[in-house]
Amino acid sequence: MEIPKTFLGYKREDGRTGTRNHVIILPVDDISNACAEAVANNIKGTIALPHSYGRLQFGADLELHFRTMIGTGKNPNVAAVIVIGIEPKWTKRIVDAIATTGKPVEGFSIEGVGDIDTIARVSKKAQEFSIWASEKQREERPISDLWISVKCGESDTTSGLASNPTVGNLMDKLEPLGVHLCFGETSELTGAETVCEKRGKTPEAQEKFRKTWSSYNDFILKEATDDLSESQPTAGNIAGGLTTIEEKAFGNFQKIGGCKFIDVLEPAEEPTKGPGLYFMDTSSAAAECVTLQAAGGFNLHLFPTGQGNIIGNPIEPVVKLTANPLTARTMSEHIDVDVSKILSREMNLDEAGDELIKATIKVANGRLTCAEALGHREFVMTKLYRSA
Amino acid sequence: MAGTDIIIHDEKDNVGVVVIEKITPKQDCDCWIMENDKSVKIQSMDEIPLGHKIAMTDLNEGDTILKYGHDIGKVVKSIKKGEHVHVHNVKTKKW
Repeated sequence: MEIPKTFLGYKREDGRTGTRNHVIILPVDDISNACAEAVANNIKGTIALPHSYGRLQFGADLELHFRTMIGTGKNPNVAAVIVIGIEPKWTKRIVDAIATTGKPVEGFSIEGVGDIDTIARVSKKAQEFSIWASEKQREERPISDLWISVKCGESDTTSGLASNPTVGNLMDKLEPLGVHLCFGETSELTGAETVCEKRGKTPEAQEKFRKTWSSYNDFILKEATDDLSESQPTAGNIAGGLTTIEEKAFGNFQKIGGCKFIDVLEPAEEPTKGPGLYFMDTSSAAAECVTLQAAGGFNLHLFPTGQGNIIGNPIEPVVKLTANPLTARTMSEHIDVDVSKILSREMNLDEAGDELIKATIKVANGRLTCAEALGHREFVMTKLYRSA
Repeated sequence: MAGTDIIIHDEKDNVGVVVIEKITPKQDCDCWIMENDKSVKIQSMDEIPLGHKIAMTDLNEGDTILKYGHDIGKVVKSIKKGEHVHVHNVKTKKW
């Protein structure tokens, strides 16, 4: 198949391209959720991104909170942003960082004003942003403006056999075209960590991966009461036939095909070393991982599932594929691409990879994913440790 | 090519994965080895559902299970060729 050279996206002020055109109402903290949701309810064409944190965090945990907020606002799938926080200082820090992209952004704080007047003031600005964004048109953009993140979930052995290798096949085909790619899931590489480390393109990338994985593993050994046997593999994984974390890890690892990663990113960190594959240090919990990748600037997500994970994200469209014929049949409203014919050998990996590329470009051009149509908007902050 | 009941990733692997809804005891199964596109046959001993593993050879306690050509855990209860391989007879080496 000849891969299209372009897709239809929204060109942004900073040169990046969005696959979506969202106006977001971003609460800095948990107690500003109510305002953000009221505004999104008032003003059509806006979405609120409620979450559970943002108060009394400190150190690296607070920095990650800011990085996630700022990265979400900067993501090219977002046309304009309103930030609402209880206090002006943290709100301003987020607004100023998002403003460096050149996109419209405005901050509001609730203290001394109250919810009702804040909602009225923010609604006026949100209406202005929503109408402004609605005038934006899709235009032809190079395929290299796709930034694709991947993560699998509710995996079973069909993931390692077929749906993850299908994603790997797509990576092998899109990497030479200058696409940015990202995989994560530090915990779910356990068992395959030494094999994965060797996939670093440079000794520096390999060393960075080794340190990242070891630091995660030290944390597990310190915090886990006995082991991770209740969580890794999950009950869903085991029902699907996965027996050990090592088996899960080698299946997981199929998602990167033959690609080598050029750098290791902190959670929610934006890549800066040009096109190619990146590893991001993330949890393997689906919503946390995709939220971090979206904050890193990725504009389209591929999600292979075995037993049927249903996750979506408010700003980054999540394309789901499965090779499990039972899941494809019983959960069809969640599955964008069915590659179960690989198992019956009626389809090979090359054909499956092409199907996935076609679906990816359709979604990049604006086709709704199953998760978008169902209203899945999981926005979940990663917390490193308890608050002060 | 239809008619594959079990897929084996790598020639070195001592387990295969059931890719039909289930296999039943004493079923003669067709296996496909992905790595070299070879076919082999095996008779199952147990009922094994889609996605679960079957032992391609007799395995003793302490043996290593190979899948994708890699170590994915150790045998904790001996397994006969054709039997179901899962959490009841294989454990991680990590914890």
